Amino acid sequence: MSDVMEEVAALIGVDQYPEVGEFPVERGYIWTTCASVENANPLFWDDQVAEEVTGGPIAPPTMLSVWFRPHHWAPGRTEAALPLQVHFDLKQRFGLPEAVMTDNTITFYEPVRPGDRLRTHQVLRSVSEEKTTKLGTGRFWVIEVVYTNQRDELVGVESYTGFGYRRAEGAGR
Amino acid sequence: MTAPRLLLGSVVAGQRLGELRYDVTATTVVLGAMASRDWRPMHHDKDFAVVRNGTKDIFLNTPNQAAWFERYLTDWTGPHGRLGKVTFTMKGSVFPGDTMVLTGTVEGTEVDEVGCGWAAVAVELAVDGGVKTTCTARVALPRAEDDNPWTRRADRWRP
Repeated sequence: MSDVMEEVAALIGVDQYPEVGEFPVERGYIWTTCASVENANPLFWDDQVAEEVTGGPIAPPTMLSVWFRPHHWAPGRTEAALPLQVHFDLKQRFGLPEAVMTDNTITFYEPVRPGDRLRTHQVLRSVSEEKTTKLGTGRFWVIEVVYTNQRDELVGVESYTGFGYRRAEGAGR
Repeated sequence: MTAPRLLLGSVVAGQRLGELRYDVTATTVVLGAMASRDWRPMHHDKDFAVVRNGTKDIFLNTPNQAAWFERYLTDWTGPHGRLGKVTFTMKGSVFPGDTMVLTGTVEGTEVDEVGCGWAAVAVELAVDGGVKTTCTARVALPRAEDDNPWTRRADRWRP
């Protein structure tokens, strides 16, 4: 096993990058998201339906990761922060300049509500040997992102499969 | 007002969900990326997408595709449908100029050990007949007019 692979293997299963969301869950993003996909679900637009069905307004479950994407800029920050930092760490450690996400599983627990301050941490689950696909040569990895609310209730778990790679010589544009 | 609800008993394996067609523009891609706070350039900068990602244009990001699948599923279930788990597999990208078509098929239904009704649904997002993303979803559905999956918490919710 290479030194790099050994270092990375030691991180498998370890909780990394605990974070609190930079802002409370808010309805502006909920409406912008619904607008972006023309989602007319009355849970997000009609407070009476939300009260009746979900005990008050909630965020679309699939917005989980939205609440953790950092501001593109903030006072005192010298570099743009990267979401899913474990993914970018792996690209850097293995020297793989490009990356795509191939699979994404999200499991939903307690509903997320406006005003919630969510917390998260990331866990590396696996890293593959080098593989070659039509994109290039690199490695697949699986990263879990665990989300809880301010009452320490689990709200969701996201699992991502990423492929970090170097483009094949002479490939396409 | 009482929102209409799809009941588990009216769902059977093999049932097809209605098709959703949508003409994707650069605005669709950029709006979806910004709505999900995804500032990465391949979702708004065509030159970056072409030169760095080797794709033909900017493309829909994963979180916004998740929002499309959620909308498609809850258009079918109504507001009482509650997503338990979704898995996406990206096979290709969706670009401005594409007409994306979402279709879905019920794979099965079950009532779990705590009495919650579930439907398993396979959804495909295709462009020109080529599948770009597949999604398998586990969605909780009410079993009766007075049942509501959203009231389930802790051990009574097993997604």
